[in-house]
Amino acid sequence: MRGPLLWRLLVLAGFVGLLEVLCLTGVIKPLTMQAPHRIVTDLVAMLVSGALNRAIAKTLGNAFIAFVIAVVLGVTSALVIHRLRRVRDTLEPLFATYYAIPVFAFYPLLIILLGLGDAPQIFIGAMLGIVAVIVNTLNGLDRVPNVLLKTARVNQMGAVETALRVTLPCASPYILTGAKLAVAYSLIGIIGAEFIMSSGGMGYEISFAYNNFDNATMYPLILLILVVSITINMGIARWEKALMARRGLR
Amino acid sequence: MTQIAQVSLRQVDKEFSRSGKPADTVHALGPIDLELRHGEFFAVVGPSGCGKSTLLELVAGLSTATRGEVAFEGKPIEGRIPDGVGVVFQEDASFPWLTVTENIAFGLRRMKLSPQEKAARIEKALAMMGLIPFASSYPAQLSGGMRQRVCIARTLVTEPRLILLDEPFGALDQQTRLLMGDEVLNLWRKTGATVFLITHALDEAAMLADRIGVMSARPGRLIDIVETGWSKDRDSRIVQEERFGAITARLWRSLREESMKSLGKAGAAK
Repeated sequence: MRGPLLWRLLVLAGFVGLLEVLCLTGVIKPLTMQAPHRIVTDLVAMLVSGALNRAIAKTLGNAFIAFVIAVVLGVTSALVIHRLRRVRDTLEPLFATYYAIPVFAFYPLLIILLGLGDAPQIFIGAMLGIVAVIVNTLNGLDRVPNVLLKTARVNQMGAVETALRVTLPCASPYILTGAKLAVAYSLIGIIGAEFIMSSGGMGYEISFAYNNFDNATMYPLILLILVVSITINMGIARWEKALMARRGLR
Repeated sequence: MTQIAQVSLRQVDKEFSRSGKPADTVHALGPIDLELRHGEFFAVVGPSGCGKSTLLELVAGLSTATRGEVAFEGKPIEGRIPDGVGVVFQEDASFPWLTVTENIAFGLRRMKLSPQEKAARIEKALAMMGLIPFASSYPAQLSGGMRQRVCIARTLVTEPRLILLDEPFGALDQQTRLLMGDEVLNLWRKTGATVFLITHALDEAAMLADRIGVMSARPGRLIDIVETGWSKDRDSRIVQEERFGAITARLWRSLREESMKSLGKAGAAK
């Protein structure tokens, strides 16, 4: 596993190095983009000063709520859909085309329905994440061996206990894959919604900085989003890998 | 030795239907009449697709009979899994996310036992199946035979009065099967439970069972019941005995024509 990781780091370092050279030599103008080392120092300064802590906390907090809703509702819906063949047959084509729907276009409607607070943004974040969780959970549930379900019956387990103690643990690596996607989609949903119509949050601050040519704020915030998203994904991926390894699957 | 029936099947039939229409109905099994005596080792052999596993599922309460009655200790089963029945399947049914100890403990979760009693039963099951060195291993770290032992231990820990084995050694090599057969005989003697074994291997049935039921091609019916007459302390060394060959030969005589039928070659070879 060291080989691919080393190559990944080398590609990343090469890309950042190239950007650094292009910025320092003036090929990329400072008004277009700052040199990567400046982005990092500005991010550190921003975090130390605490100037945008509220915006960061709002975005990450809302993304976390959207993520939790997406996972809880997604897993529960998948369990129900998995038991109802006709419902599944009806919904599956919709899941396949779901991400072609521009959810952000419904933002004005959501404001009318849910008000001007954070609720419409959380709704969008959760809606973007939920289908990834449903699809992956269904995939995992399909792979639960029939013999384990028979074992649950022999052990006199009801539907809920079977779900909690057999099917969900068995499908957990697939659920984690869905959760990994839900992290990214929830963040995209929240930040995208903040871009469009919000008075706070990282998306709003990025948009504000963009409109004011404030690269010293915009790029560090983008970097922060990348770091947060990658860190969470790496954490879940490690967990997923450990589960798979325990089962001799990797 | 008591001869009271622990399990009884009276005129049991099983039909499967995809659409509910009579034209779509498959008569899988029956009519079957059978009584299992307390503490006996009963094996069922039959051609592929004759309904052996369906028969086991009826006795386990995993499926309901279309006609007739299946009773355990005098009470009708009717698709409800009775207390005191343990099942070991052919496929690996160990839970891959649990350790060996956790897998075995799983069988005890509904039993009202003190933590000390539970620990003692788990320890006993681990020792019986030779799994103590692997207590904290995950199933993926074990061989197929060891995983099957985990499943047997998970069943034994509940101290069932009736153990149903659905081709439990089907995925194992011949040597391991013989040795696992010895272990099952040993467990049967120690627990005193009634054992109902489904197998396609005639030699396995001849070695393990007190009585062997021979099933016809579909719809599966019992066409012969063979008393082996082995002593209770037998082990795999009986395969060297002349009688072992005679029992296997009798089973094959009963089964050959039925196996031909299931292959669609009835009467082709005499």
